[in-house]
Amino acid sequence: MSAKILKEEVTIKFAGDSGDGMQLTGGLFTSNTALTGSDLATYPDFPAEIRAPAGTLPGVSGFQIQFGSTKIFTPGDTYDVLVAMNAAALKTNLNRLKPNGTIIINSDGFDKRNLRLAKYADGENPISEEALGDYQVFKMPITKLTRECLVDSGLGTKEQERCKNMFVLGFLYWRYNRDMVETIEFLTSKFSKKQEILDANVSVLKAGYHFGETTETFSGQFEVKPAPLEPGTYRGVMGNEALVMGLVTASQKSGLPLFYGSYPITPASDILHGLAAYKHFGVKTFQAEDEIAAVCSAIGAAYGGNLGVTGTSGPGLALKGEALGLAMILELPLIICNIQRGGPSTGLPTKTEQSDLLQAMYGRNGESPVPVLAACSPGDCFETAIEACRIALQHMTPVVLLSDGYIANSLEPWKFPKASDIPPIEVNFAKKSSDNDEVYLPYKRDEKLVRSWAIPGTPGLAHRIGGLEKEANTGSVSYDPANHEYMVKIREERIEKIAEFIPELQIVSGLEQGDLLILGWGSTYGTIHSVVDKMLSQGHMIAHAHLRHIKPFPRNLDRILRSYKHVLIPELNNGQLSSLIRDKYLIDVKQYNKIQGMPISKSELEHAVLEILET
Amino acid sequence: MSTNPPASGNGQPVVLKAKDFASDQDVRWCPGCGDYSILKQIQSVFAELGLNKDDVAVISGIGCSSRFPYYMETYGMHSIHGRAPAFASGLKLANPELDVWVISGDGDGFSIGGNHLMHLLRRNFDLNILIFNNQIYGLTKGQYSPTSEVNKRTKSTPMGSIDFPVNPSAFAMGSSATFVARSMDRDPKHLKQMLHRCHEHKGTSFLEIYQNCNIFNDGAFFAFTDKATKLDTCVFLEHNQPMVFGKESKKGIRIDGLRPEIVDLTAGKYTVDDLWIHDEHDIFKASMLTRFFDDPKETGALPRPFGVIYQEDRPTYESQLFMQIEEASESKSMDLDEMIAGTKTWHIQ
Repeated sequence: MSAKILKEEVTIKFAGDSGDGMQLTGGLFTSNTALTGSDLATYPDFPAEIRAPAGTLPGVSGFQIQFGSTKIFTPGDTYDVLVAMNAAALKTNLNRLKPNGTIIINSDGFDKRNLRLAKYADGENPISEEALGDYQVFKMPITKLTRECLVDSGLGTKEQERCKNMFVLGFLYWRYNRDMVETIEFLTSKFSKKQEILDANVSVLKAGYHFGETTETFSGQFEVKPAPLEPGTYRGVMGNEALVMGLVTASQKSGLPLFYGSYPITPASDILHGLAAYKHFGVKTFQAEDEIAAVCSAIGAAYGGNLGVTGTSGPGLALKGEALGLAMILELPLIICNIQRGGPSTGLPTKTEQSDLLQAMYGRNGESPVPVLAACSPGDCFETAIEACRIALQHMTPVVLLSDGYIANSLEPWKFPKASDIPPIEVNFAKKSSDNDEVYLPYKRDEKLVRSWAIPGTPGLAHRIGGLEKEANTGSVSYDPANHEYMVKIREERIEKIAEFIPELQIVSGLEQGDLLILGWGSTYGTIHSVVDKMLSQGHMIAHAHLRHIKPFPRNLDRILRSYKHVLIPELNNGQLSSLIRDKYLIDVKQYNKIQGMPISKSELEHAVLEILET
Repeated sequence: MSTNPPASGNGQPVVLKAKDFASDQDVRWCPGCGDYSILKQIQSVFAELGLNKDDVAVISGIGCSSRFPYYMETYGMHSIHGRAPAFASGLKLANPELDVWVISGDGDGFSIGGNHLMHLLRRNFDLNILIFNNQIYGLTKGQYSPTSEVNKRTKSTPMGSIDFPVNPSAFAMGSSATFVARSMDRDPKHLKQMLHRCHEHKGTSFLEIYQNCNIFNDGAFFAFTDKATKLDTCVFLEHNQPMVFGKESKKGIRIDGLRPEIVDLTAGKYTVDDLWIHDEHDIFKASMLTRFFDDPKETGALPRPFGVIYQEDRPTYESQLFMQIEEASESKSMDLDEMIAGTKTWHIQ
């Protein structure tokens, strides 16, 4: 066998029809990669339709992975390898293949019908030598090879063809010198009750591997060494999965049962699915009749003393606005997870965006301040969820937790914590002290400006709460003008006071002062991190800071912002955090905005940074 | 939470009186409003039931009727328009032991909150929902409501309304409610009976209460509530009893094939033995009863039924959810570390 070519970083894009099993193929390749010790990041790219007509351009489903022997923060800007299962997949993805990149083509996906559906001109052959001359091309009749491999399997043609993704996976396993044991184990458990299907998948997987081996003459094998990850135990985790575990952990750490009221919406539904599987932790999931009932049921549960949580995406947050305002004025703990997607309106349901920040901040009638937190990576969703619960419970307030479609569905290796290392969340329900005839004052505040939480059923503390303006301390309905102004101010003050109970902002990487601070929030973390690391090594005087707490801002943010000549805020929106920062700190921040439903690439950000540094 | 009544100084349980359920807030409904009577009957019934005020939660939406919780010395929430059923659902799942009463009106319940009402009824939480139906929007000063009769002239319908009204009990039956009943503000005895029945029913009890708005829709139900006409316009349902009504019980309802008809018990052709026997557990007959919805002014109008139209025993939502939680807890580990690690991990040295 010839020597293996060493690679530092590799990006692969799996692209095929939405029925071709690209998500499963990508997922299996990812977990196999993780076991090699490489660092990695992934990003799925689904069509909005469940099954768009086969072979068409809107029906293309993609899965991207970057892995390497260095720290990997993004799924990669452009790919080294493109797997194209049909003509439409090639057409929609070829533009981001690196020059001299590799294309693995299922030539059976390029018949007349497929070419027509992919809208290639009559007579055009997109996989001819002429068309793809600049790339290294592996053309294989994958469908046919799969069928031949399964000729004695007893499966029908359709079932046979469904195994063709395993051929690709096997081929890539050979090319990256992988062990297939773990994948076969997975398939064995997945198809434990369907022996024929299991046998078929395994034999096609092996056939793909052997195909690589026997055709070695025209290609080589690659190897990617382990990355210098911190020692420890890891697992792969996706954002919504980590969010679910964070919520369950917060429930256990606070001793309050978790109630999750939700209405299915992309890309937040996996939180509902995930929590529904944790009933053994006492989790109550309630699939409500709509977004409004979802949040209202969670408020009802919070009123009853549970950890009330609701989850949604942008359009759902809009519907929840009035109820969120009620939770704010009631001063009840509540967590609203908003997994952002492309807006406005129905927008781009399967694409990512950060355009609900201002909605989270201001999307309610009246003066209605609520804390806003944002997770920055799949693994970070775990900690951010716990932090959101802690703030909600200890400050008696609804909290909006922002994630997005990219974080929700991306997978990264996660060095997970031990449960015993996570501090408890202390919660005290109000109790009537014995021999005390004092009238209970539900809106009396402690030194943190937080009211007490007396849940229905508590002896001696019966009281009424509601959405009408309330008198300070007593909570009775009050139309008094001065009282209203006082209550509005104190509700703002008590949220700002939370800044005293959250950590100061830390510089992620770079200098304490210098030419440029890149300030990010949410899913831009990986791109900013990579770009700043690279530019620091080139001698630029820059730094990266990333906000988890957006309302209130960390108390040292002002000082950090003023330690650099320039501040750049990259966002997947039209400049929402930039507006907030300018408004609060009167600093002339620079914006970099991308609103294309996909993450900012490293090269795009690098270009924007250089433009600022060179002026 | 406490399930026992609070003990007094000598260790005896305190038996609360109706006035103990009145909060210290001034009641601000218009003088003469039908809501006063309902408030009074509810406070009396709570006392009669021996309820502990700390174990009761009254949840409302928005509207005149929804001010109700402020006047009750219990736990209570005045929430947002139309959504009280959703708050109550979450509360009941957080604490299934609570005695939850949802107060709503015809606008709150059937207009903005129609969706939630439907789902509350089919899910069958063990709670009570009282709809104060006055066939008008009171708090916004007199627009027609979803239960207003056709051709209602109001500020928003100067030429008369063209909306066809909702039939509340038919809506409830259509939503697979397990308890459907009707009463009126001006018959305290009947209203109290119905409140007792609501409390007794394990499941979502739907009680529509005809309530007079003396400011914007005075007399909407006088045909049913006035002594002079009441006997001819109403039929008071009693389980297993023939459906007799009219002055001196001279009339009855008989089923002719699939259609109900009014018969004269004095003409000699029919006796009480020929009448429809009310069976509150018969879903088909109950559905027919909900269609007794004629305008009482029309000749030959079927009388409006009051009482328990339908009742069935069906497992409550919360009991089933808690059963699932229990079942899951028996078979799966509650180890946080196991959850966090998931099924596949690897080590980096």
